[in-house]
Amino acid sequence: MSEEPQKSVIMLMSGDFDHAFAAFTLATTGAAMGVETTMFFTFWGIKAIQKGNFTGRGLFGRMVGVMNRGGINRIGPSKFNFGGIGRWMFKKMMRDQNVTSLSELRQQAQDLGVKFLVCTTSMEVMEITLDDLIPGVEPAGAAAVLAEAQQAQSQWFI
Amino acid sequence: MSENVTPTVVLDLKGLLCPMPVVKLAGAIKKVDVGAIIEATATDPGVMADIPAWAKSTGNELIKMEREGKVITFWVKRLK
Repeated sequence: MSEEPQKSVIMLMSGDFDHAFAAFTLATTGAAMGVETTMFFTFWGIKAIQKGNFTGRGLFGRMVGVMNRGGINRIGPSKFNFGGIGRWMFKKMMRDQNVTSLSELRQQAQDLGVKFLVCTTSMEVMEITLDDLIPGVEPAGAAAVLAEAQQAQSQWFI
Repeated sequence: MSENVTPTVVLDLKGLLCPMPVVKLAGAIKKVDVGAIIEATATDPGVMADIPAWAKSTGNELIKMEREGKVITFWVKRLK
């Protein structure tokens, strides 16, 4: 066992429920194991930290905001979504098996001190503002993530 | 049960699935003094691998782990 704090960086690119579930599970577990954990949300992954309101200023931005609306309770699985039925089904199955919900897991991660960073370029492109995100998210770029990843013993791209 | 292991805290993790047993244990160990022992029961078979891994990377001691049917009981000592 080294005395140096262990570090982990988890980059969430996917906006799918199953991928986000894996990412938040690793983040909370890492934090519980005393690992300094940073999550970086980019592109579709930003959906997992959006409040869930409609976003966008221009025509395309608003289109993305409507057709690809964010929010942790709105994202569906990458397979078997069937227009939202799959999402409902998975949530019910998880509840029945007493699995912690995605939103609770995200809260748990924040409570355990997991750092949440968001990709500002993706936000600009998709016309998402910091006000559209849950509290406690810091804006960042590739350099910040790379610097953290180089210090980390484990890096995850999900 | 065990010889000389007197727990300070007893933790019920039954019915919880990954990652919650580890998360709850990590929360509980912060609340006890160094040297204190936590006795926990769980039903997720994943803890058989997860708790030793957690103990190893946090530097706490897994005194022992027993399985009786579906219920897994383990004793963890806070070392730091």
